[in-house]
Amino acid sequence: MSGHSKDLSRPAPASPAGGIDTVHGHQALRLEEPLLFEIDNPGAVGVDLPAPNEAENRLGGLERVAPVGLPSASEPEIVRHFTRLSQKNYAIDMGTYPLGSCTMKHNPRLNEKMVRLPGFANLHPMQPVATTQGALELIDNLAHWLKALTGMPAVAMSPAAGAHGELCGVMAIRAALDDREGGPTARRRILVPDSAHGTNPATAAVCGFAVDAIPSDTRGRVDVKAFADKLDDDVAGIMITNPNTCGLFENDMIEIAALVHDAGGYFYCDGANFNAIVGRVRPGDLGIDCMHINLHKTFSTPHGGGGPGAGPVVLSDALAPFAPTPWVVHGDDGFSLVEHGADAGAAKPFGRLKGFHGQMGMFVRAYAYMLSHGRDGLRQVANDAVLNANYVMAQLSDVMTAAFEGPCMHECLFDDRFLKDSGVTTLDFAKAMIDEGYHPMTMYFPLVVHGAMLIEPTETESKRELDDFIAVVRSLVAKVKSGNSDAFAAAPRLTPRRRLDETAAARSPVLRWSPEMPAAEAAE
Amino acid sequence: MRYLPLTDNDRADMLSAIGVGSVDDLFVDVPDAARFDGDFDLSDHMAEYQVEAKIAALAGRNISTADVPSFLGAGAYRHHIPATVDHLVQRGEFLTSYTPYQPEISQGTLQALFEFQTMVALITGMDVANASMYDGATACAEAVLMAQRITRRNKAIVSGGVHPHYREVTETQSRYLDIEIDACAPDLDGREDLAGEIGEDTACVVVQNPGVFGHVRDFGPLAEACHAAGALLVVVVTEAVSLGAIRSPGEMGADIVVAEGQSLGNAQGFGGPYVGLFAAREKYVRQMPGRLAGETVDEEGRRGWVLTLSTREQHIRREKATSNICTNSGLCALAFTIHLALLGEDGFRRLAALNHAHAVDLASRLEAVAGVEVLSDTFFNEFAVRLSGSARDAVDALAARNILAGVPAARLFGGDAGLDDILLVAVSELTRPEDMDALCAGLAEVLA
Repeated sequence: MSGHSKDLSRPAPASPAGGIDTVHGHQALRLEEPLLFEIDNPGAVGVDLPAPNEAENRLGGLERVAPVGLPSASEPEIVRHFTRLSQKNYAIDMGTYPLGSCTMKHNPRLNEKMVRLPGFANLHPMQPVATTQGALELIDNLAHWLKALTGMPAVAMSPAAGAHGELCGVMAIRAALDDREGGPTARRRILVPDSAHGTNPATAAVCGFAVDAIPSDTRGRVDVKAFADKLDDDVAGIMITNPNTCGLFENDMIEIAALVHDAGGYFYCDGANFNAIVGRVRPGDLGIDCMHINLHKTFSTPHGGGGPGAGPVVLSDALAPFAPTPWVVHGDDGFSLVEHGADAGAAKPFGRLKGFHGQMGMFVRAYAYMLSHGRDGLRQVANDAVLNANYVMAQLSDVMTAAFEGPCMHECLFDDRFLKDSGVTTLDFAKAMIDEGYHPMTMYFPLVVHGAMLIEPTETESKRELDDFIAVVRSLVAKVKSGNSDAFAAAPRLTPRRRLDETAAARSPVLRWSPEMPAAEAAE
Repeated sequence: MRYLPLTDNDRADMLSAIGVGSVDDLFVDVPDAARFDGDFDLSDHMAEYQVEAKIAALAGRNISTADVPSFLGAGAYRHHIPATVDHLVQRGEFLTSYTPYQPEISQGTLQALFEFQTMVALITGMDVANASMYDGATACAEAVLMAQRITRRNKAIVSGGVHPHYREVTETQSRYLDIEIDACAPDLDGREDLAGEIGEDTACVVVQNPGVFGHVRDFGPLAEACHAAGALLVVVVTEAVSLGAIRSPGEMGADIVVAEGQSLGNAQGFGGPYVGLFAAREKYVRQMPGRLAGETVDEEGRRGWVLTLSTREQHIRREKATSNICTNSGLCALAFTIHLALLGEDGFRRLAALNHAHAVDLASRLEAVAGVEVLSDTFFNEFAVRLSGSARDAVDALAARNILAGVPAARLFGGDAGLDDILLVAVSELTRPEDMDALCAGLAEVLA
C-alpha cells in the first residue's frame, strides 16, 4: 500500500482554522503529517546494513518467524516526518514558558556538546573503574557542588527524576526509622501540605505510609499550629516544598524542622523550586534531612518533551548511611564505586533504585551549567528568577488578583477572581494565550487556590520578553472585561489542532495504531 | 553570565516598577538564620571555552568503547546510532519542549509517543505500551507492583536469569509494600524450572529473555503454568535488538513485557539516561503506570493526540495513584522511535541477524581458546564463559592492554555469589573480526 494514496484518503479537516479548505489538510507551513505506519513503503530502508554472514543459528529454534509489522521508509522520508512533527511543538527555544512549578529555562547547547564527547557518550557503566576515572571524577565534582550549594553532608546521585528522588528520600527515612526501632517502624504517617505536588503523597504511599494533609494558612504557607497538633509518635516525617507551590518561602522551616525532630520524625524537602534560592539559602541550614534537586530544572538540562530528568538527593548525617547503592568513593588510588550492600562497610544502604549509576548524561549537562555560572552566577540566578517573578506580579496585580500578599519567590500566583461572571473559564483564558504564541501558565494548581494561575518566568527571560508577555496578558484581561467570552471558548484557533476531546480519549483508549484500524475509521 | 539576559539597567528599572529598593527586599520572607552570605568553596563563572576544556579533559581520562575492542553488555550495548537520530532529537522543538500537557501545541511530541507506543507493542508482541519509564530496571519493578494490583496477590518469583540490577531495583521498590520477592539463585545453565514454584499467592513470575547469562528460552510452557494458577508472566528484555531475531514475549504468552530500549538510538552514556519499555495485554491498560499518549479528535473532527488515562496518575489521584512516577524518558523514547523508523521492518531484522552472526562467530573462536569454556548453548548477542581464573582479574589485565573484555558476573551479582570465574561477553554489529582476534589472543595470554 503506497503512502501517497493513503495520504489523500486521510480525513480532511472539517473546517480548517483558516477557513480555507485544502486537499491534504496542508495549509502553507502547517503541514499535516500521517503516522509512520501510514507512510509505510515496504522495501524502503533508512539504514544500510551489510548482509550478515550465513552462520549457524544458535537461537535454539526460537527465531522470530512472524513479521514485526514495523513501517519502512527511506532516510529523507524519516527526516521530513520528524521535522514536521517537531514543528507542531511549542518549545523554550521558541518562546517563554510561564509555567509554574516546572522551571522551563534556556537550555544551553554547550551542555549538549559536552555530553556527546566520545569519552562520555561511549562509556559503558560496567567498564573497569580504572578506565572511567574522568566520569567518576565528574560525578564526584557534581556531588561536591550539590553538597556545597545545599549545605548538606551527603548526596545520593542515582535517582532518575524528581519523583524518583522523592522515593529515594522517603525510603531513606523509612530505613532510618526501621533501623532505629530495630524492625518495621510503628510510625505510619507522613504529613504533606495540601498545596504539595501530587508526587509527594504518591511517594509516601509507595513507601507504605499513610498520608495526612496539613492545611495551608491564609499566608499560603503551612499552618504551623495545625502541623504541631498532628505531631505524635505515629509521625514518620513531613514533606514540604520550599519555596512552596504557591511561590512563597516557607518562613517557618526552622521551627518546623525542630518540631518534627522533637517528635522523632524526619524532614523531607521537595527541592523542585531550588532555583529561587540557589546561592542564597542553603537548605541544610533550615534543618532538613533530605531534599531532591531536579537537575533538569535548576541546572538547565533539557525537558525533552517530558524527560529524562535527574533527581539527586542530598542527605543529612542521620540519613546518609541509608543512601542507595551505588556510590562513588575517592581513595588513594583514584575513584571507585561501591556497588553492593555487602561492600558498604558501616553504611546500611536501603537498596538500589536504578540500573547502573544514575543519569550520567544529565550530570554532564548540569556540571557544564554550574561551571558556566559559577558560585557568583548561581546567586545571580536566584536574584533574577525572583526579580522576574515579582516584576510580572507587580505589572499584573492591578488587572488580575494575586492570591497572597507580599513578594513572591520565582513564581507568582493569581486566582481567577478577575474572571468572575465573565463567562470565561481559567482554561479558556489559558487556551487564548496559545493563540498569542505563549505556552499557558500552570492552571488549577496549587489546589488550595481557587482557579489558580501560577506563572514562573525564570531567570533566562529578558525584560523585553517579560514586557511583551505582560502586555499580552493585560490585553487578554481587557478582552475578558469587554464581554466576548465566545472568543475565549473557541481558542485556540491558530494551532495545528483545536481543543482535543480528552474525555473521548479516556473513555475508549486508542493507544496504538493497528493495521486493521485505518485512520479514517479511527477518526470517526 | 551569558545565560542571564537582564542588564543592571533592566534590574534597576524592574526594582523601581516593583517599588522596592533592592533585590534583597524581595527575600524578606527568608529569615536571617536561613540566609547564607558566606563564600562557597566553588569556582566563579567561566568562559565557554574554559568550561569546554575542563570537561573535555575529564572525558579524555575515560577509555571510550568506540576506541578499543569492547565486549561489554549486561544491559547496556553499543550499537551504531545513525547521524539522523541525533540530529533530529536535538531540534529545539523536541529537545526543549515541556511535558505535552497542552495538546494543541504538543502534537509533535504526542504523535511521536503514539508511534513509540505502537512500535514497542509490535516488537514485544503485546497489545499496548506506555510512553516509557526511567529504564528497564525500574520498569521491571513497576511490572511487579502492577501484577500485585491485578492479582491482589503479594508474592513475585524472580528467575535467576534476571539481571541482578533489575532484581535489586524490584526488591527495593517492593520493600515497603507488602510484596515478597522470591529471588532464585543465578541460573547459570538456563535450565531453571519455575512452574513448580507457582502457588496460590503468586502474583507473577519474572523471567528474562535472553537471560543474563545469555540463554534464549521458550517461556510458553511457563506462561501456561502461570495462567493456570492465576498468576502473570512478566518477561524482561535487556537487549531490545534481540526482539528482531527471537520470537516475541507476546507470542510466548507474556502478560507484561518490560525492556531496556537504550540499544536503539541511545548512547551507552555510562548508564543513563536510558529508556524503559513497558507493554501489556490490553485488559490491563488501566493498571499500567506512567504516561500514555492516546488518539482522539479535535473540535473539528480532525485526528489528534493527547495524554490520556491520567486519572491513574499522581497529579490527579495523589496518594491513590497507580505509581509515583511522573517524568518519563521522552527524548530517549523519541531517539528510539527515530532509530527504529530508520531501520524499518527489514533493517530491524537485519540488525538483529548481524548481531547474532557476530556472536556465533565469537563463540566459535572462544571455544578454541584454552582456559575458556562457552557456557550458553543458546544465545543472541551475549553469552557467558567460564574462565580458568578470576574473571575480574582477566578483565583488569586486558583493560591494561586496551581491551574491554566484558562484564565479570561477580561484579553484577556480588562477590559472594560463587561466580568469580564467569565472564559475560557481548558483541554488536560494530564488533570487527580483529576485535574478536584481540580478545581471544588476550584471554589466551592472561589465562596461560
